[in-house]
Amino acid sequence: MSDQNNNSIAFVATETIPESPPPARETGVVKWMRENLFSSIPNSILTIVALLLIYSVLKNTLPWIFNGLWTTSSLAECREILDGTTGACFSVLTERWNQLIYGFKYPVDEYWRPNVAFVLMLVAIAPVLFFDLPRKLLIFTALYPFVAFWLIWGGTILAPLVALVGFVAAGAFFQKFGRNNFALGFFGAVVIALIIWALGGAMIPEGASDSALLPAVPSRDLGGFMLNMMLGLTCVSLSVPLGIALALGRQSDMPLIKGICVVFIEFVRGVPLITLLFVASVMLSYFFPPDATVDLFLRVVIMITLFSAAYIAEVVRGGLAALPKGQYEAADSLGLDYPQAMRLIILPQALKISIPGIVNVAVGLFKDTTLVSVISMFDLVGMIRGPILASTEWNGVYWELFGFAAALFFVVCYGISQYSQWLERKLHKGH
Amino acid sequence: MTTLTDPPKESFRLSMLINDTRYRSLTFQAIAAVALALAIWYLGNNLIQNLRAAGLNISYSFLGDPAGYDINQRLVEYDSQSSHARAALVGVLNTILVAFLACVTATIFGVIAGVLRLSNNWIVSKLMAVYVEIFRNIPVLIWIIIIFTIMTAVMPGPREFRGDNATSSMVLDLFAFTNRGVYIPMPFFENGLFGSATLNWVLVLLVAAGSWYAVRTNNARAANVQAETGVRPKTLWINLAIWLVPFIALMFIMGLSWEVPELKGFNFKGGIKVGGPLIALWFALSIYTGAFIAENVRAGIQAVSKGQTEAASALGLRPRRVMNLVILPQALRVIIPPLISQYLNITKNSSLAIAVGYADITATLGGITLNQTGRAIECVLLLMLFYLTASLLISMAMNVYNASVKLKER
Repeated sequence: MSDQNNNSIAFVATETIPESPPPARETGVVKWMRENLFSSIPNSILTIVALLLIYSVLKNTLPWIFNGLWTTSSLAECREILDGTTGACFSVLTERWNQLIYGFKYPVDEYWRPNVAFVLMLVAIAPVLFFDLPRKLLIFTALYPFVAFWLIWGGTILAPLVALVGFVAAGAFFQKFGRNNFALGFFGAVVIALIIWALGGAMIPEGASDSALLPAVPSRDLGGFMLNMMLGLTCVSLSVPLGIALALGRQSDMPLIKGICVVFIEFVRGVPLITLLFVASVMLSYFFPPDATVDLFLRVVIMITLFSAAYIAEVVRGGLAALPKGQYEAADSLGLDYPQAMRLIILPQALKISIPGIVNVAVGLFKDTTLVSVISMFDLVGMIRGPILASTEWNGVYWELFGFAAALFFVVCYGISQYSQWLERKLHKGH
Repeated sequence: MTTLTDPPKESFRLSMLINDTRYRSLTFQAIAAVALALAIWYLGNNLIQNLRAAGLNISYSFLGDPAGYDINQRLVEYDSQSSHARAALVGVLNTILVAFLACVTATIFGVIAGVLRLSNNWIVSKLMAVYVEIFRNIPVLIWIIIIFTIMTAVMPGPREFRGDNATSSMVLDLFAFTNRGVYIPMPFFENGLFGSATLNWVLVLLVAAGSWYAVRTNNARAANVQAETGVRPKTLWINLAIWLVPFIALMFIMGLSWEVPELKGFNFKGGIKVGGPLIALWFALSIYTGAFIAENVRAGIQAVSKGQTEAASALGLRPRRVMNLVILPQALRVIIPPLISQYLNITKNSSLAIAVGYADITATLGGITLNQTGRAIECVLLLMLFYLTASLLISMAMNVYNASVKLKER
């Protein structure tokens, strides 16, 4: 029997060799670079090309940005100071800041009003976006549209008050009767609201706006990025309920209602927003009563709302279709009627599925509010292309202005889409 | 004795219109029909009254009147004496042109960016993520204007190409990038078989279609041989020959030459002029929509489960064939439906041409014609009709394609 454990065999090591460090190319940065940047020849070429691209972009933009001037009063002065060296002329942003944000007609003394409205908007929107906040805040959210209307347009406080009273009365009526009989509650509430608005509208004295606490500002004086924000927020919040109604109508088994909804949705989705804005600017006034004057802002809000409602309807329809059939059957077997089943069982689940889609539509809509510059409203893009670039001081300052506009939109839209992804992760409760 | 089997005889009561599910839907539909009719009557009545007050009527006869304005970018004959209908046709063709070009390039950008975003090269995938986020989150109108500004304000004017110490020069002596547009060489035939240039190009197209058909037949034959014997005959060289030989022969017979743009006087002459607005619109639409398509492509590729790749490798397929035979066919099914809606978006967004003065249908019919004739209702209705038709046609065509690639379930 051989003695394998015998220490006398010369070529068998008896001591453990101390662990040596891994080779340099298999650790740390080198390993990461080898795996992620230079794993093969085509990959290495790609890396080098990408690095060259980044370098060339940075080489041109960084000096331009850091050499930028912020305090001159015209482009000519900028050129004089820069004297041939690269550098941006950001002074256009500081000098024309008010025009870019508020438009060129909004009274300067009243700038605090949109500012307050903006801050309040953040407060009002918070409980909608973050479900963990106290639900009581939603009361403020419900009041916000009236407050914001009063702040931005000014004039008599009676107008938003009457509107608010109408909504409150309608809501109270619906609370009382809508629980048992949806149709009675709903139509009754609509009638009550209409009566209150008609009566209240008649009661507001002529010229009440003249001596109001806040001077009235007509809608055509709105402009700048404020106009984009207002259009985006108003149209999104109006089009969500309309879109849900359209989606439910499209799912309905009543052929007439379904037909109306399908034709409307497909028609609106088939035409570009620009044509709808043309309708708003040149055609819609023909459809109002001859003595009514509906201002352009309201007409544009109507058309954009209809436009985005059709897209939201399709998103919600996807949510409704994704719900298992058992949910509908369970609601039926509990003896719930259609409004109850929708309100208590179907919509809460379907809307949860469609939230990311709705947020996507909202982002798209916010970007599309720039199109109003085509029908000569002075939103951010309209301001830049119109009064600012046409002025003698700033004729030729393209990059600073368009870069600023792009950056503003990027911040808002990227923020919203990040929120949407966060919400999706939060709502996604795997089974 | 009363029988229990007889159901109680029901008489129709008015309350059943609300409470009985059999009749309730009829009630609601009747209400909806009445409301719809009232709304249409109300709007129509307002329209008639307003038109009467303004002394207008609805008539399409203005389409036959001379338009009286010029269009630089056009695919068919047009001058300022042509009718408004002709101007609208020029616009329609321009819309189709830019939408088609943008669809092609957006797909290319999108596929490249989508695939590269999944690359295991860290820097490249991050770069593509930055591209997608930047372009998706900034309005397309701003992109169109920015690129238009590059085309008009940054590009050199034709006069900078002049003289011995010119500050600009033509690229390869063939292409001229100026602030009035890009000039590229134009192919033409010195001794065409037909008198008109159009017929000659139709002949080229016919030859290409013939080659395509021949290649398909050849591939089908190869597939048959493979099915019978298990060995696929080589088709590459034959196919290449089928494509190239007739084409080159035709070009040789007809004497293909190129008309290179030249600086004459104050401007470039000859070649094809691609206007700045067209390039701005084309490039902006493709790079903006490309970012969306990249996300669709990425989602489609990620939707194919990893087991498919592994199974294909286990069968001994090489990486390229894994991609072509296993991953792409499955990913396409996920990619095609959103791709269709992106193409629709391009077509609809091409209406932004009006912002940079590209003469598409929105700018001709909905812009200048509308302003000159004041026929707002007619123009906007025609405009909507065109876009509706285009949208329906595109979704129909793409749905047919979608049906042909989708999973065949038995």
